[in-house]
This record gives sequence, structure tokens and C-alpha cells, in this order.
Amino acid sequence: MENQLTAEEITKREMEFDAKIAKGIVVEPKDWMPDRYRKQLLRMMSQHAHSEVVGMLPEGNWLTRAPSLMRKAVLLAKIQDEAGHGLYIYSAAETLGTDRAEMIDQLLSGHAKYSSIFNYPTLNWADMGAIGWLVDGAAIVNQTVLAKCSYGPYSRAMVRICKEENFHNKQGYQIMAYLMKGTKEQQEMAQDAMNRFWWPSLMMFGPHDTNSPNSGDLMKWKVKLQTNDDLRQRFIDRTVPQAEAIGLKIPDPDLKWNPQTRHYDFGEINWEEFNNVIKGNGPCNRLRMKQRRDAHENGAWVRSAALAYAEKHGK
Amino acid sequence: MTQQEALFNYSLRLGDNALVLAQRLCEWCGHGPVLEEDIAMSNMGLDLIGQSRGFYSYAALVEGKDRTEDDLAFLRNEREFFNRCMVEQPNYDFAATMMRSFLYGCLSYLQFRALTKSTDNTIAGLAEKSLKEVTYHVRHSSDWVIRLGDGTDESHQKAQTALDELWHFTNELFEMDESDEVLIKAGIACDLAALRNEWNAMIDEVLLKATLIKPSESGYQSKGGMKGMHTEHLGHLLSEMQFLPRAYPDAKW
Repeated sequence: MENQLTAEEITKREMEFDAKIAKGIVVEPKDWMPDRYRKQLLRMMSQHAHSEVVGMLPEGNWLTRAPSLMRKAVLLAKIQDEAGHGLYIYSAAETLGTDRAEMIDQLLSGHAKYSSIFNYPTLNWADMGAIGWLVDGAAIVNQTVLAKCSYGPYSRAMVRICKEENFHNKQGYQIMAYLMKGTKEQQEMAQDAMNRFWWPSLMMFGPHDTNSPNSGDLMKWKVKLQTNDDLRQRFIDRTVPQAEAIGLKIPDPDLKWNPQTRHYDFGEINWEEFNNVIKGNGPCNRLRMKQRRDAHENGAWVRSAALAYAEKHGK
Repeated sequence: MTQQEALFNYSLRLGDNALVLAQRLCEWCGHGPVLEEDIAMSNMGLDLIGQSRGFYSYAALVEGKDRTEDDLAFLRNEREFFNRCMVEQPNYDFAATMMRSFLYGCLSYLQFRALTKSTDNTIAGLAEKSLKEVTYHVRHSSDWVIRLGDGTDESHQKAQTALDELWHFTNELFEMDESDEVLIKAGIACDLAALRNEWNAMIDEVLLKATLIKPSESGYQSKGGMKGMHTEHLGHLLSEMQFLPRAYPDAKW
């Protein structure tokens, strides 16, 4: 539709759109929006949905080995929530005019991204605690802000998803706290998980503000309301005391409370590692994509059967 | 055999069936053919874990030896598991998974329906809750058996293969032993033989819609799951499931 408008008309509409956003009016699917707004949102939302779905894999890795029936039930319920979030966000993203099948194709062909954190392996049971506590904790910090974003379907999805993520966060922390009260081996497991997941969790907030190519537009349009570095700081400030409370050490020798800024100072993130993982060279990038592609390809005949049946029977 | 021993065995067996099937469904998590089915299989898995916890807790209570649901789930060997061999069969593909849920689910549905009238209040209560869940499992798996059977040539072939393979484990679903006899007399358990006609009718109705052919009764039929005689698959399932509590016997989770 936008192609039929003259450049002048587009400029006028964009100014109206910007004014609307500035007033805090929520954008709904049928409202006019600049192409770039639509594209940015679609990029973020599909990336978010893919992260939920790919994120099922590292936790699914321990589902069949959960050490008690209660833990197994809670973990399964949690992963099921992630699948539900994926479904919900795909649906919200579809309101922007791209259907789920197309988004999935983009993921499987390597054109769409998902959160870098899921490219790390889960190597012991405590990783289930670390993921719930740190990874979902980081996600909550991000998503609480996204719940106030300018696009209605995304913001509503975030409100609902945050409620469930809070439960995930608590169950993860509870796993860790329980392990820290356990045997020496259990405490070592917990610390090992902490050591491996701390830095990748910080990387979840993305590059430094000075190095974040998409942030400018997103901030103007209130798709993003706080910068990567601000959110990262907020996560660190709330997580460090939680770690200390159960006796876990943060694997950062430079971490210390700064009474002037009233924030924790912390060491430099290994951006080379971050960039490598984003480029596809993390420890599990190839495995995760293979797992998703296999599931998709192995399920093709099931989806075809369902379609064929529906066509035959007019359902 | 005392009634207490019989009740312990009976509850344990119901717990084993639910847990082993749940463990199989867990294996699908993140790998389903479509996101909606991933969610559905997790849902059924969650119901079954819940059922196993209910029956194990009751078995432990009846036994009175201070064992917990987790002791029963994680610290018994394969010869001490008493589930039907059907539920331990590998997932193979989506057709085999749905067919297994369907064939076993129909029995489970009839059994729980009968057990809601058990003279044992705990068994009746657990059956009441489980019946609601299994009613959904049967509806879900029936829909898929029909869709796959009457879908494409490929899905029809896979569904028929799944049915042919799993049929070898159907006789065993109805096996009973002394524990059943003792409890049937007391009005606690139900007579599985009396459910067989209705089970057959449920199966026939769905297979007809699915255009699938019911296999003949001849050929190999498994037996003895309830006596701890299993297929080779169960040991692997248990060694994976029980790894942590076995490796760290002093730990609590």
C-alpha cells in the first residue's frame, strides 16, 4: 500500500505516526505504520518467537533425566510454557502480515536469528536452575520493558508471558538454592552452571549501546524503551544479591558494588565470543539448527496428512 | 497374598504404566511435528506424571515402609517395574506414538471409568481425576489415528505399520494376576476381561474411520510386563531416567 503513496504523503503520515507514538498511543495491526516500523517489529518478534522454540531444546536435554518426579513435572510444564509463548508470539507477529510458516522457513534457512544463549550446551542438572534463574531472569528484565512497547499485540503478549516467566525464574532459583544446601557435589554442580551461564546471560542484552545498530529507530518508536546497557545493569544489580544469598560466586573478579553510582561495576564482556556465537560459531549453533530442521522435516508427512484429511472431509 | 500386598502391587503397576508412558512422551519435547502437537504431548506427559505420583504415593503409603514416590520411581530395576510392555515401546515416529497412546489410552479410559466405583476411596478418587485426563488423551490420539490413516498414502502406511507392530502388545493389556483377583473380590479393582469387548468396539470404530485394518490375533503376543518381564527397551529408558538419583545416592533434589 505504501508504494502507492507519494513521497510527500509518506512523510506526512510518518510525522503523524511519530506524533502518535510520542503521545503514547498504542499501534494496532490495522493502523498505518511505516514500513521500517513493521520490519523492525517483525524482526524482533519473530526472533523472540524463535528463541522460545529453540530454547526448548537445551532444557529438553534434561527432561528425561530430571532427578525427581516433582522436578520432571515442573520442568515439563515450564518447557510447555515456552512452546506456548512461541505460539503466542508467532500469532502476534502474524498480525504484521507474515505467516508462521514463512517465519519458520527464515529460521531454518539461517536468515532469522534467535537468542545467542541457546547456543550453549546444558551439561549438568544445575543448568536447569541456571537457565530458569539467569536466562529467564534476563528475559524478564527485557520483557517487562517490552510490555510497555508501542505495538499492541506484542505488548499484550509480553504482559501475559512475563507472568509465566516469573514462575520460571523462581523455579530456577529454587533449584539452585536447593543444590547449594545439598552435598558438596551438588554445590559444585551449581557453581559450574553459574560459571558457564553468567557471561552468556549478560550477552543476552546485546551489544554495547555504542555498537547497537538497531537501537536508534526502535527507541524513537518505543519498540524499545531502554538501552541494552541499562537493561544489562538492571539485571546485574538484581541478580548479584540473589547469588550471594545462596553462596554462589559470580565468575567476575572485577565485580564490585559502587556506592557512588549505586550500581555494580563489572568486567568487560568477551565481545569476540558474542560476535562469534551470533555469526553461527557458538558451541551448539549447528546442533540447535539441526534439531529444529530434523523436527520440521520429520514432521512434514504429519502436516501433509492433516491437510489431506482436512481437504477430504471439508474440515 | 494379603489385601494390603495386592493393593500395593496394583497401585505400583498403575504408577509404572503412567510414568513409563510419560517418559516416552517427554522424549518428544522440542521435536514435535508442529508446535501445537509439542504442546499436546507435553500436556499428556504432565497428566501422566501426575497420575504416577498419585499412585506411587498411595503405594508407598499402603506399603508403610517409609518409601517415597521418588524411591519407587528411581530406585527399582527393570525386573521390578510392572508396566505393560506396550507403554515402554519406543516412539519410532509420530504414527507409532499416537497409536500407542490410542491403544493403551482406550484401556486406561475403561479401567479408570470402572475404578471410579472402587470401594477404596483413594483409588476411586485417583481414578476420577485420571479419567478426565485420559478421556482427552483418547480423543486426541483417536483424532490423529483417523487423520493419519485417512490422510495421505504415506501416513496411511505409517499408521498401519504402527498398528501392526503394536498389536503384538495388546493381549498383554488384559493380563491379570493374584493381586487383581484379591482386589476384585473386595470391590477395589476391576475385572479387565470384562472390559475387552468394549475396548474392541472402541478400537474398531476408530480403525474403520481411519481406513486401517485390524491385525489378526495370530502371531506373537507379549506377556508378563506385570511380572517384570519386559522388552529390551525398558532398561535403557530407566537407566536414563534414574541416572541422577543413582549416581548421587545421598543427594536430595
